[in-house]
Amino acid sequence: MAIKDYLTKLFPKSLWVYHVNTGACNGCDIEVINVLTPYYDAERFGIKLVGSPRHADVLLVCGPVSRQVASAVRRVYEATPSPKLVFAIGSCACGGGIWHDSYNILGGAESVLPVDYYVPGCPPRPEAILYGVAVALGILPKKTAPVVARQKFLDVVEANSGEAISPEG
Amino acid sequence: MIISKLKEALICFKAGRVTLPYPFAPHDPEDGFHGRVVVDAEKCVGCGGCAEVCPPRCIEVSDPDPDRRVLDFLLERCTYCARCAEVCPEEAVTVTKEYETATNDLNDMHMHIEVFMSTCRRCGRCYEPPTPLDRLMVTGFRPPTGKSEEA
Ligand code: SF4
Ligand code: SF4
Ligand code: SF4
Repeated sequence: MAIKDYLTKLFPKSLWVYHVNTGACNGCDIEVINVLTPYYDAERFGIKLVGSPRHADVLLVCGPVSRQVASAVRRVYEATPSPKLVFAIGSCACGGGIWHDSYNILGGAESVLPVDYYVPGCPPRPEAILYGVAVALGILPKKTAPVVARQKFLDVVEANSGEAISPEG
Repeated sequence: MIISKLKEALICFKAGRVTLPYPFAPHDPEDGFHGRVVVDAEKCVGCGGCAEVCPPRCIEVSDPDPDRRVLDFLLERCTYCARCAEVCPEEAVTVTKEYETATNDLNDMHMHIEVFMSTCRRCGRCYEPPTPLDRLMVTGFRPPTGKSEEA
């Protein structure tokens, strides 16, 4: 028991992942496999690919959710024991990507599942996927933020309350 | 059998450490890598060329009022093709090497750009009104050069 406690303390978050392809072009799947090779070595963080959603803590969803696969994806999600995390890997899984308005696509992974982490990219670099894992594990901070930019001249225009730019002016 | 395993182990020892130290040390991408796009709002003229060519249609253009054009980049859909940077006449779009964009909130991948669009208030030559009556409404309208004046 003492050893078990010790190990739990040492490896507090060991994520077993199940990889779901919901209609990806295989680009993202190859990058996910890259992450598991010795070169990137996700096993350093206790990450292990498992063959059944019933063994998994994390679902790695790649690709846009097509109509055909939607019910299967929901079943996979229900088969995963709680607590569970869902990672959307790639632009397709994040927002539908280039297929977002296709007739056979429901949208990104979030259209059928609650997604916890998004890793955009087409395909994302293996480093980007590792970074997403590191953010989820709390090793690294999140770096992105929404960008809002506004031309300075708009403020000048607004300060003049539109008089200087009206057609009659 | 055991000999071959030992040989394999020897080969692995010779290779040394191959694993990248990545999340703990930066690993910059090669030149030519396409990462997150950034728009310089001061350079943008609001032509909408980027929105026209973007394959996933992730750039939404709207005109909330006549003097303002808004470009919303929904970068979670971006395929990092850099077409927007290629067509931009003002070179306002830059493709950075930023790839560490993993997030738990899709709003982080949105970029909102507001651009001033000037309404024509002088000759109107560039924007010829559709009918001669409409021309009278435009202050100081002059017909495009090379066309005979009817009014
Ligand atoms: S994000 Fe790009 S690489 Fe990944 S599945 Fe979609 S199209 Fe393929
Ligand atoms: S890089 Fe390509 S997909 Fe991304 S915003 Fe530009 S044109 Fe659109
Ligand atoms: S970013 Fe470039 S291409 Fe896009 S609207 Fe502005 S000037 Fe035109």
